[in-house]
Amino acid sequence: MAAKIILSMDGVVLQEYALNKERMTVGRKAHNDIVIDNLAVSGEHAAIVTIQNDSFLEDLDSTNGVMVNGITTKKHFLQNNDVIEIGKYKIKYLNDQPTQTTAADFERTMVLRAPVKPAAAKPVLSTTQAIPTVVTSEDALDATGKFSATGPLTGSGSMARAAGQSAAAGGGEGGVTSQAPAVVQILSGPNAGKELELVKNLTTLGKPGVQVAVLARRPHGYFLTHVEGATFPVVNGESLGEHLRQLNDHDIIELAGVKMEFYFKT
Amino acid sequence: MDIKDALEMVCMTHPGMVRAHNEDSVACEASCGLVVLTDGMGGYNAGEVASGIAVSVVSSEIKHYLEEARPEDKDADSGEDVAVVLLRNNVQKANSSIFHAAHSQPQYAGMGTTIVSGLFYDNRVAVAHIGDSRMYRLRGEVFEGITRDHSLLQEQIDSGMISKADARVSQNKNLVTRAVGIDAEVETEVHVYDVKRGDIYLLCSDGLNDMVEDEDIADTVKTLKSNLPLLATQLIQAANDNGGRDNVSVILVKVKGDFAAPRGLHAKILSWFKN
Repeated sequence: MAAKIILSMDGVVLQEYALNKERMTVGRKAHNDIVIDNLAVSGEHAAIVTIQNDSFLEDLDSTNGVMVNGITTKKHFLQNNDVIEIGKYKIKYLNDQPTQTTAADFERTMVLRAPVKPAAAKPVLSTTQAIPTVVTSEDALDATGKFSATGPLTGSGSMARAAGQSAAAGGGEGGVTSQAPAVVQILSGPNAGKELELVKNLTTLGKPGVQVAVLARRPHGYFLTHVEGATFPVVNGESLGEHLRQLNDHDIIELAGVKMEFYFKT
Repeated sequence: MDIKDALEMVCMTHPGMVRAHNEDSVACEASCGLVVLTDGMGGYNAGEVASGIAVSVVSSEIKHYLEEARPEDKDADSGEDVAVVLLRNNVQKANSSIFHAAHSQPQYAGMGTTIVSGLFYDNRVAVAHIGDSRMYRLRGEVFEGITRDHSLLQEQIDSGMISKADARVSQNKNLVTRAVGIDAEVETEVHVYDVKRGDIYLLCSDGLNDMVEDEDIADTVKTLKSNLPLLATQLIQAANDNGGRDNVSVILVKVKGDFAAPRGLHAKILSWFKN
């Protein structure tokens, strides 16, 4: 069904309009689709352009301007429940199509036979040049928690620390979700004692070219998988092989000669 | 280096968490450096039929032609690389097959498919696409899309009507403006790009890029680029963890070495004798 708007003033609903035209205008003069007879409203005040399921609000250079959800705007991509204000009048935009960010939506892909031509000229693609969407993530590597893998294994001191952590986190078993923040603490080698918070969906551990594993944060927990290297990571003394393994609180991981402990923050 | 040694390819497809059918199809022809990914549409199993026809026509025909032709040669008529002509002609051939099947069998009426295909040759890649299936490239630290969707949303972005941030919440995500098999003729967009050692190419259906943000895809590719099978699994898993509302397919190609075509008479004769 089409989206609709509800015009109201001081909490009293004046009229409801279906957005069934590509362009609907709001203004004081009688030829507008939505007429608001008030001196604070310009002759042609604003327009709502609807393309398929999306609607856009445009200020037609009105004298007193347009606000959406309290912010003055020239152009706005309307979302369900947006409130447009023109003077003392309020127009609520309702589009109860399920949005694509909720479940049970995602209509199947369809073809538009006659492409809708947008008003503005379309830039021409030259044959040698594509217009790419550039996505950079400079911090991607800073936070991957690489550490040097050289250094002797030292057990005793760090294990004592691990035991302490275990006592502190004792009550936190059970309802583990992706929201439960988790940490990997390095127990041996030159970086012993360092903690690595698992704030990203993927955190790599190890040394590139030697041995790397990845810790994936998923909705139902944290999973360790082998990425590269001739040897597989070891969890609680068991080799991981090619399989992924869900980590439990206080699991001990051994990778590229370094021991570390996974635990949930409480 | 021979092309099948210079490239590492991984194909993976998954129906997702919601759909009963998988209307995506994928193919990798390592021997001739060809990858094809399609995302079909249409009722019942028509989407599967359309995407299946497109993948098999394009991959088998191009493979067949390349037994005789050399992709780096110039086409006598158009002056374009043979690779470009091969892609365009065979996508057109797939278009005709689907169009005719759809018109001769009522249950297939209106079926169609998107396509994205890459043909690697002579340190280059020719990329053909129609619809909203995409190709991305990781080069160094830069991960970017190298195809531009033929979709209503992309047209709106191009015309400045809607910002990229707004596009994420648009309800018009699934309207493509071009597809294979809908009309008797189809216009295939083909571009040629240079390929560098270390590049990673990702082809995917919208089941990936609708469910996983570009930033997260980029992060995943950078993190797991040393292990392509794991990377493919991880990308599909991420789409499914986020709801998996559509079929999700990925093809990954890693450029491990140089694959320049043999040049000069001597090299040509040598390679001819090797065949």
